[in-house]
Amino acid sequence: MSVYFPQKYLPYLLLLPQLLVTAVFFLWPAGQAVEQAFYQEDAFGLSREFVGLDNFIELFTSPEYFASLLTTMVFSFSVAFLGLAVALWLAVMADRVIRGAMVYQTLLIWPYAVAPALAGVLWWILFDPSMGPVALALDAIGLDWNHFVNGDQAMILVVISATWKQISYNFLFFLAGLQAIPRSLLEAAAIDGAGPSKRFWGIVFPLLSPTTFFLLVVNLVYAFFDTFGVIDATTQGGPGQSTTTMVYKVFNDGFVGLDLGSSAAQSVVLMVIVALMTVIQFRYIERKVQY
Amino acid sequence: MIENRPWLTVCSHLVLLLGVFIVALPVWVALVASTHPSSAFGSGSIPMWFGDQALANWQQALVGKEGQASDLLRMTVNSLIMALGITFGKILISLLSAYAIVFFRFPFRSAAFWVIFFTLMLPVEVRIVPTYEVVANLDLLNSYTGLTLPLIASATATFLFRQCFMSIPGELVEAARIDGAGPIRFFFDILLPLSRTNIAALFVILFIYGWNQYLWPLIVTTDDAYYTLVMSVKRMLSVSDGDIAWNQVMVSTLLAMIPPVLVVIGMQKLFVKGLVETEK
Repeated sequence: MSVYFPQKYLPYLLLLPQLLVTAVFFLWPAGQAVEQAFYQEDAFGLSREFVGLDNFIELFTSPEYFASLLTTMVFSFSVAFLGLAVALWLAVMADRVIRGAMVYQTLLIWPYAVAPALAGVLWWILFDPSMGPVALALDAIGLDWNHFVNGDQAMILVVISATWKQISYNFLFFLAGLQAIPRSLLEAAAIDGAGPSKRFWGIVFPLLSPTTFFLLVVNLVYAFFDTFGVIDATTQGGPGQSTTTMVYKVFNDGFVGLDLGSSAAQSVVLMVIVALMTVIQFRYIERKVQY
Repeated sequence: MIENRPWLTVCSHLVLLLGVFIVALPVWVALVASTHPSSAFGSGSIPMWFGDQALANWQQALVGKEGQASDLLRMTVNSLIMALGITFGKILISLLSAYAIVFFRFPFRSAAFWVIFFTLMLPVEVRIVPTYEVVANLDLLNSYTGLTLPLIASATATFLFRQCFMSIPGELVEAARIDGAGPIRFFFDILLPLSRTNIAALFVILFIYGWNQYLWPLIVTTDDAYYTLVMSVKRMLSVSDGDIAWNQVMVSTLLAMIPPVLVVIGMQKLFVKGLVETEK
């Protein structure tokens, strides 16, 4: 566009609210986190001393932090993979059926609206070792389910809760992607004798890859940062440290453990990770625009 | 339809029905559990069919037991205030800043854009402790301002409006200026009507975002006059294991998810549009 309004001061006035909120509630705290990361504060907040990179060194040499890094990786990639696989499967099926695709869409997308914390509570009850129907069914087939003591089972539970909520989102994007694939391509392949599975892996899946990649990044970001509620409302990081992700640890060390220096250092590490992920996301979007 | 494979179609329907079943299962169990007396949860498994306590449970939750009023209604109001405050706040400040960035040329324009972009990289979860300290210093704990204001800066909404404004032809601006319309008149008479659907679509997405906030209300409210529904479910669960009133927890959980779910189902078209456009 090449036509602009000539006013000199009005644009600053228009930008003021957004910039003010950003400065006070985003930039200032972020700056504080960076500053705090170089100090060691006593538990009462009375005095603090400059410790340089000690907080970071302590962080990167602590086995607990590496455990939480590993937990975050396992958790995020499980959520992303499971969510994408199930959603893609359902979307392919919904794309196939002519009658009722919209009805299925309505019936499948509403979990998007459920808060992560509530999703956690709902599945928590289904898997409750003493009364949950799913846990009892698992017991009946000889699988002893108790997420209160078994770390792996606790992890499975939070992965299921987090994935359940995200399937709707992935489903919508996959369905839109599938419907954008030209029918003539698939018809030509069918005439050449390619069956449904060959058409899927040979044509549909490669053509969907931009959508899949986009969803992979979005799902990883979701699993990293938006699943605090799932974990806090259910396992609270336990048993032991088995479901303590990095974001949960920032909160836990800061508010429960009151180790502000370490919590701030972890915030800085997480900010670097988000920045990297945002850059990847935008690189990808730029590339798509050039198509 | 590319070819006729009836068996495959039947299979597709079966898979979809199974998907719908699994997606609905937890809510079904919650719904059923909310109709039983709390004694039904002491032993054995959760009942899978409706009990006869539905009215009593919902009444207790919404009206309160004899002598004490219910907290749930107040929490619902708090949730609504927070969700609507965040939604309108985000839409308002994003509209204004996108308007400034697209329709004006001024020094530091791109700097302002990058500052806004930066907020995209700093979700509240990763800088939770210092943000809490800032809000505490400003004396905003236990207030509606503290619940909403820190969450209303939004890079995504600004991007969406910027995208939408950039598609408005320059001739429109020219015509408006020839007809003597200033920037404020242009904003209200031309820009707002043109971006109506975008605003509505964004409203759906942001309402869900605001309603479902969990960590933030959990740490900035200690006064139960400001508790919201979503966070309160957690508080009902943090009593010792045997004392959890599961039927009441289920009523609160359902109540906390009904408004956003209704918004998604009722405004499905706008919701899909909002989702697809905010992410691209």
